[in-house]
Amino acid sequence: MKESKDLYESQKLAIGYWIVAICLFGAQLVFGLIISYQYIQPEFLHKFLNFSICRLLHINSMILWLLFGFIGGIYWFLPLETEREVVGIFLGKIAFIVLTAAVSIVVLVFLLVQIGKGEMLTLWLVTEGREYIEAPRWADIGIVAVFSIIFFNVFASIWKAKKLKGILWVLIVDLLAIIGFYIAGMFFSPNISVDQFWWWWVVHLWVEATWEVLVGVLVGWVLMAVLGTSRKIVEGWLYLEVFLIFGTGILGLGHHYFWIGAPEYWLGIGGFFSALEPLPLVAMIVHAVYDAGVHRLKTINKPAFFWIVAQAFGNFIGAGVWGFMHTLPQINLYSHGTQLTAAHGHLAFFGAYVNTNLALIYTALQRIRLHEGSILDGTLWKWVFIGLNLAMLGITAPLTVAGFTQTFVERAVGGSTWQAYIDAQSHPWFKESMIWRMGFGIMFFVCYVLLVADLLTIGKTKATHQQ
Amino acid sequence: MKFGWLEITLFSIVLVVVISAIFVRGKNWLEPGFWGVFAIVSSLVMFSILWLLTFDTLKKISFGSARVPSPTVINHKIGFEYDPDKKRYMPTIGEEELFFGKKWSEQEATQLLTKGKLVIQSRNCMDCHTLLGNGAYFAPDLTKSWLDPKWQTMIQPMIGVATKEETMAKWLQNPEYYGTWQRRMPNLKLTEEEAKAVVGYLKFMSAIDTNGFPDHFGKSPAIF
Ligand code: HEM
Ligand code: HEM
Ligand SMILES: [Fe+2]
Repeated sequence: MKESKDLYESQKLAIGYWIVAICLFGAQLVFGLIISYQYIQPEFLHKFLNFSICRLLHINSMILWLLFGFIGGIYWFLPLETEREVVGIFLGKIAFIVLTAAVSIVVLVFLLVQIGKGEMLTLWLVTEGREYIEAPRWADIGIVAVFSIIFFNVFASIWKAKKLKGILWVLIVDLLAIIGFYIAGMFFSPNISVDQFWWWWVVHLWVEATWEVLVGVLVGWVLMAVLGTSRKIVEGWLYLEVFLIFGTGILGLGHHYFWIGAPEYWLGIGGFFSALEPLPLVAMIVHAVYDAGVHRLKTINKPAFFWIVAQAFGNFIGAGVWGFMHTLPQINLYSHGTQLTAAHGHLAFFGAYVNTNLALIYTALQRIRLHEGSILDGTLWKWVFIGLNLAMLGITAPLTVAGFTQTFVERAVGGSTWQAYIDAQSHPWFKESMIWRMGFGIMFFVCYVLLVADLLTIGKTKATHQQ
Repeated sequence: MKFGWLEITLFSIVLVVVISAIFVRGKNWLEPGFWGVFAIVSSLVMFSILWLLTFDTLKKISFGSARVPSPTVINHKIGFEYDPDKKRYMPTIGEEELFFGKKWSEQEATQLLTKGKLVIQSRNCMDCHTLLGNGAYFAPDLTKSWLDPKWQTMIQPMIGVATKEETMAKWLQNPEYYGTWQRRMPNLKLTEEEAKAVVGYLKFMSAIDTNGFPDHFGKSPAIF
């Protein structure tokens, strides 16, 4: 067994980030189960923990744990890339503690205070009431401050090591863009069209542009670590991916500007560029399959390898296929804001970002628990892998059916009124879908528990293959 | 902006290809650097165009523009009608009508809407409802809620007040009491002033030109 003292300080910090991430993942799922049960039994926790509160906790803890996981990935690989300890690691550790404390306070306020009076003070202290970025303003400023410290860690380390090129160069620019776009979501406007215009800058330009590039970097590192892919190959593909992701995703932003009051040219621009957004995702599949083939599926880390392949396909299917399904304006006019959107949201976030994080953590576990060159493998991770993927398909398939019901009954036929909404929600296709979703949600949660068990034990048991 | 979407789209693509082509001359396409050039150029070009479009859009969606009306629109009758030229539904802004029994000056109306927006955010409305189609899917879309026939067919008789705006304000202060189906909206402790501000906001929002979304709102022969 390798002693943990062989790790860089930065890598120990990464483990801290991943522990918090996995805990928040659990919280996300608990709140997801509550809100999916409220679809079936609306009186459940009514008045105490309304749907709105549990839902905002569900999606905010998701964003946070994915970010924690990515930051962990950066701290894990950075010293390996720069071949030195991270500069300002002490500051980095303080940032981690501050960030975790701030997240805990925000969660407590969401749970206990929930809402406030209709004044600016509420937006500063309790909630901003904007989906995904409900966190109050003080926390926003804190998050930007902490991210700036992390950025400093990354930049200073790369600078000192004189390695500002290739993959690291992409990472630096992308981190700056991630911080910059977050700031676009920090303003109040009484004009809801202006509000939504900037809100989508954060949401879309994060998940469909900057986060995609970030996972491009992280996946590249994982491929090099578990398959031994050459740096030149990874760099070439990464540049191609950046070209395609930013080339289509930046103006693809327009697919959210169809109906918020923005001018008509967005129908064409948004429809055209977002329809091309699956291109980089195809490139990513080709990349992963090509690398796996070149190395004849020989890997030192079975779970990480499987999650990275699942990531390539999940990203393409969840974001590419399910996204394309409703991205043209003539379809989106009727599917906008239905469960089809939720189906796509689940499949895309899971496929692209959950999978990346799991691959990162397994990659690290190999290094933490095994000797150089031993193969990380076991039995439990296989069940977890199959279970989580099946459960996610089981969640999104009924949501897709429910979404079609709404598109048809509520929007196309019913004209989207209050009564049309009720009619669609009371339709048997919709109601049955909610039950199926709940069932697979429970399965997902069980697999999550097994995942935690596997993360705690894999590599420690006899089932591990040693060379 | 004088150009249509197709011109902008073709222009940005041609720009990326031409500039990149200049910089990659002599480079082998199998070298990473070849694609590095494309990555940098496409990011810069697309982002610059997004900024230009952002300035243009922000101008066209400011209060009082053709697409997003001035707050004083709450002093008018509002409708949602099929426009035969545009081949889609458009909000119509008709003759003056009193709103909560009075005509609102520009300043008063702006204050009311600012309050309304703050109330909407402070109560997390968008974590159950959608506004302009964005938000959560546990409750109906509120984009054109002001025009929803249900206020007059079902809620007004239940509450028994004279106008639609009073009906909405009363209902919003006690939605659990006047339930409409098995999912009940929780009581979010809106004061009377806050409820009025929200109703003002809903009326204003129904007058935004949303390119026809939601199609034929309130006009379905199948559902009232
Ligand atoms: C990993 C990448 C992606 C993630 C994580 C993602 C996630 C999401 C989420 C969560 C929403 C709902 C936003 C809300 O709450 O209102 C959404 C909306 C949408 N996404 Fe994606 N998405 C991704 C990529 C894509 C791609 C590549 C496309 C197009 C090909 C696409 C098309 C759309 C469209 C059209 C909507 C609007 C749906 C509506 O009108 O209600 N997405 N996405
Ligand atoms: C136990 C499993 C889960 C259950 C039961 C569940 C349930 C739900 C429910 C009921 C909603 C509210 C949708 C609405 O407004 O009608 C929701 C939203 C959402 N969930 Fe989950 N969820 C689960 C796991 C996940 C996972 C693993 C992810 C991604 C990593 C995820 C991402 C999201 C997103 C992005 C939204 C917002 C969708 C949108 O606005 O379109 N959920 N979830
Ligand atoms: Fe998008």
